[in-house]
Amino acid sequence: MTVQTQARPGRLVDLFERGLDAPICLTWELTYACNLSCVHCLSSSGRRDPRELTTAECKAVIDELERMQVFYVNIGGGEPTVRSDFWELVDYATAHKVGVKFSTNGVKITPEVARRLATSDYVDVQISLDGATEAVNDAVRGPGSFATATRAMENLRDAGFTGFKISVVVTRENAGQLDAFKAIADAYGAQLRLTRLRPSGRGADVWDELHPTAAQQRQLYDWLVANGEQVLTGDSFFHLSAYGDSLPGLNLCGAGRVVCLIDPVGEVYACPFAIHENFLAGNVRSPGGFTSVWRESELFADLRHPQTGGACTKCQHFDSCRGGCMAAKFFTGLPLDGPDPECVQGYGADALLARGEVRPPKPAVDHSHRKTRAVPVSIGLSPPTHAPVSACEESPLAGFRP
Amino acid sequence: MAGIDLDRPWRLHPQVAVRPEPFGALLYHFGTRRLSFLKDRTLLDVVNRLDTEPSARAACLEAGVAPADLPRFGRALATLAHGDMVIERTSS
Repeated sequence: MTVQTQARPGRLVDLFERGLDAPICLTWELTYACNLSCVHCLSSSGRRDPRELTTAECKAVIDELERMQVFYVNIGGGEPTVRSDFWELVDYATAHKVGVKFSTNGVKITPEVARRLATSDYVDVQISLDGATEAVNDAVRGPGSFATATRAMENLRDAGFTGFKISVVVTRENAGQLDAFKAIADAYGAQLRLTRLRPSGRGADVWDELHPTAAQQRQLYDWLVANGEQVLTGDSFFHLSAYGDSLPGLNLCGAGRVVCLIDPVGEVYACPFAIHENFLAGNVRSPGGFTSVWRESELFADLRHPQTGGACTKCQHFDSCRGGCMAAKFFTGLPLDGPDPECVQGYGADALLARGEVRPPKPAVDHSHRKTRAVPVSIGLSPPTHAPVSACEESPLAGFRP
Repeated sequence: MAGIDLDRPWRLHPQVAVRPEPFGALLYHFGTRRLSFLKDRTLLDVVNRLDTEPSARAACLEAGVAPADLPRFGRALATLAHGDMVIERTSS
């Protein structure tokens, strides 16, 4: 909601384009460890990083966020609840006036945890679900993940936690299930949140097959317009605004301007979808901490200059879509001042064709579970067939029978 | 939107946090989990005075709002009231 008293005040999008002294909210991936191996994982999570921020370091970051008046953090991972100090950090944040919204696959949302969460005004929960049916969901998130999410949602509902979020990444496989997702959310007293599939992390490997078709994008836009503020999007579909009316939200790439990402080892990236050294602004462990990274990094200063050049600025729709998502362009190998790969005017598809077979950049950080298991080494597995010759026998060949 | 009743006492909702910004302020409601933007420093001043002034009108005038501008500020406060950001103060 925007509240103004003048007839023609400056547009928020212009104000935010130049950045704020503190982020409005930020994403904080607490761990790269995860019990799942979703094919589209943005952060290529799986294995814990041994350099993970300690409990004390996390609390120091929270202290900074409190001083900067960051209203809330979106905590994710990995699966953040597998950190043994997860609830301690949640309690610490809310006690320091930093609200918490955390994303989970539901693995730790037991009836007891759900009851505890239901009593807090400052904690919101987001259950990830990428199919309205088990088959569609588990194909992306892995066997058993639909059942896990469903059990978590039942526990939250039974505990009286209304308004938790069900977070869906829209793919080619589930784009036809939007009404079914809405029905699930309604049945649990939850709110539906749809977000965009990004070619980030392992998402780069499946983006070509899973990103919605042009026709699906159009249906999604119409569906979002029809459902208005009932359905959350985290501002992730602003590239669709070039179809016509803007969707609710800021309709601006907030990377380094009003949002950013802190990763499990303290690295600060411009946005949650851009875990790559090109978007690395600094580390919370450096002198000055997160505050000086946010306020002084050269990268963020660059991102806070309004885009003035490039093919998109000449397009009549630039004012509504602003050239789309920086991370989507980068990880599909497109220039940052050109069209989004899913540009609704079709310029992105043309750009992808023009790109040819150039390999898009890969993130340097990958904590995926190792798919190939080590071959067990079998030494001395055959049981002894006879007693040792003697404990004092000195010959190295004693008892050896070829 | 019609304005609020300027002659009644109002207050910021207790679950709302205010962060001043050069352009005005950001308001975040921890209950509804909604963010609002005040694009006006004077309006921020009004909102900050609601708690201690006997009426919204008094808060506006103390913040330097010209009497002719009261209807516009009344409408802005009504938008905030609609989002539960400001609520009527009951004398208790």
